[in-house]
Amino acid sequence: MRFLALYLFKRFSYTVGVLFAVSLIVFGVTQAMPGTVAHTILGNLANEEAVKAINEQLGLNRPLYIQYLDWIGGVLTGDWGQSFTSRQQVSSMVLPRLVRSAELAVIAFLQIGFFGIVLGTIAAVKRNTFIDSLAGGVSYIGVSVPEFVTSLVLIALLAQGQWEILPQSGYVPRSEGFIPWLSHLILPSIAAALLGISHVMRQTRSGMVEALQSEYVRTARLKGMSETKVIVKHALRNGLLESITVLALSMGWLIGSLVVIEEVFAYPGLGRLIILSINAQDIPVVQIGILIIATVYSIGNLCADILYSVMDPRIDYE
Amino acid sequence: MSDTTNYQSATNQPSLQRPSRLDRAKRLLSGIRHNRSALIGSGLLTPVILITVFAPYLTTHDPTAIDAAARFQGPSAAHLFGTDQFGRDLFSRVILGGRVSLLIGGLAILLALSIGIPVGLTAGYYRGKVDEVLMRMMDVMLSFPTLIMALLVLTMISSNRWNTILVVGLVYSPSISRVVRARTLSVRNQDFVLAAKARGESHRYIIAREILPNITSPIIVEASIRLGYAILITSALSFLGFGAQPPTPDWGYMISAARNYLGSSPWFLFWPCLFISTTVVGLNLLGDGLRDIVGVREINE
Repeated sequence: MRFLALYLFKRFSYTVGVLFAVSLIVFGVTQAMPGTVAHTILGNLANEEAVKAINEQLGLNRPLYIQYLDWIGGVLTGDWGQSFTSRQQVSSMVLPRLVRSAELAVIAFLQIGFFGIVLGTIAAVKRNTFIDSLAGGVSYIGVSVPEFVTSLVLIALLAQGQWEILPQSGYVPRSEGFIPWLSHLILPSIAAALLGISHVMRQTRSGMVEALQSEYVRTARLKGMSETKVIVKHALRNGLLESITVLALSMGWLIGSLVVIEEVFAYPGLGRLIILSINAQDIPVVQIGILIIATVYSIGNLCADILYSVMDPRIDYE
Repeated sequence: MSDTTNYQSATNQPSLQRPSRLDRAKRLLSGIRHNRSALIGSGLLTPVILITVFAPYLTTHDPTAIDAAARFQGPSAAHLFGTDQFGRDLFSRVILGGRVSLLIGGLAILLALSIGIPVGLTAGYYRGKVDEVLMRMMDVMLSFPTLIMALLVLTMISSNRWNTILVVGLVYSPSISRVVRARTLSVRNQDFVLAAKARGESHRYIIAREILPNITSPIIVEASIRLGYAILITSALSFLGFGAQPPTPDWGYMISAARNYLGSSPWFLFWPCLFISTTVVGLNLLGDGLRDIVGVREINE
């Protein structure tokens, strides 16, 4: 147990270190930007006086490390600065969109967990049958086909023309009713979940195939247990070990793919805000947005590692 | 089995019996023929590659010729794949667009290899502090989702085709360096490396002549899988409006243009989607197949 605690501590501090480095890179964007910040705000024809004033106002004439400390301090305490273009507080722009992206991500994540494990188990139980090959083929396509293609195929099939049964794009807040809210989330969440479902399904299948051929499952069968009970009580427990790791990893992939999916479905989330802000060179918003995504991604990876090490007694912690 | 024992003795005595390039290629080809994934993968890829390589000889129309009378047409004898919103010939545009997509993806992977291989070799060979520093740098790059990392870099530099190659190459170099490092670690203490050290060969010689030739297969496998991802991410970038330069756009840009006319013509969207999906599925299948072919050999070693 002591080794495990030490390992967890190491792994956790490692993530903190990585996030520190990430914050340095994200901060560095302002330094490496084409043109100075002042000119981005004021336009290229701004006169010297105005540039000087803005530099003074934003503290850009201070040494770099002070600027970084100031910035990271603000990030950590919730003072995320002001947008270059809209002059709004960055937090008031980012937070509502973050919540909407989170709604999308949670619904997609539930699908990944449910369909990934159920379909993977079915494929394992029915291995080497037509159902298994079909599941394998579909999961291959899910891994390979880009999100914007699957999104557009979903729209073409279910949200336009004669089968217009779901809204094509946009967002409706929950206050306007549960059904309208959910109906706007269905297509984008399916598109976002496909990659994760495929990965979890493949992992579940291989884990379950192994578990179903193991000694303890054979023993359980010999004891006369029903096949359903064998699968649910014995095989799943061991077969899902690595699926749970993949599930945690898929949280990170999900966050990364939201940028494209929100763009296709005109979904007003964080990903779409980042794209808009990059085009508008609204650097403070881009920085916070990317920092949030990188943090969630790193936490997903951290969870995957921790879950794996807690669940698998075979790993030794050097 | 005899195949693998040959290979093993060859790796142990590189100067005496290392299999010739021709032998290796032959063995790889027979491996592909007997592996289902690899076979289907190359079956999907071959037509795509042939069509895009010979695209300039195959085009039936000027890809930029506008014909207002023939907008949004379906496939016909005059226009094999139909036409787009300006009445331009989709067949010519899609196959020429494929050149752009494959070329950008390919160049990006070459760049990723030319960063990842030296970094991985250096880290794995020298170990210690060098290894620690290099691999931590790679870890930091891996702590962004790839598309987000690419977008972050693109906020700093202007988005055009060359910068897309640069960004995507950078984004995929850490994963390649990891594979190279792991492989280097596994061969650095084998007899033929130790023998070269005992002969007093320079580090550079050992890395370039002894280690690198013995880790090429896993590098090729990794590169073929990453090429699929690189094509995906460059298309995603141009779909999002970064890097595409009309009038000869790539598949991602065509898909992004087509989505505004879903109701007018499904064909406009269909062809670039079909081509990009076929390419990436093919590359993934081929990569997985190659991994199996190479993997069997590793287990036996």
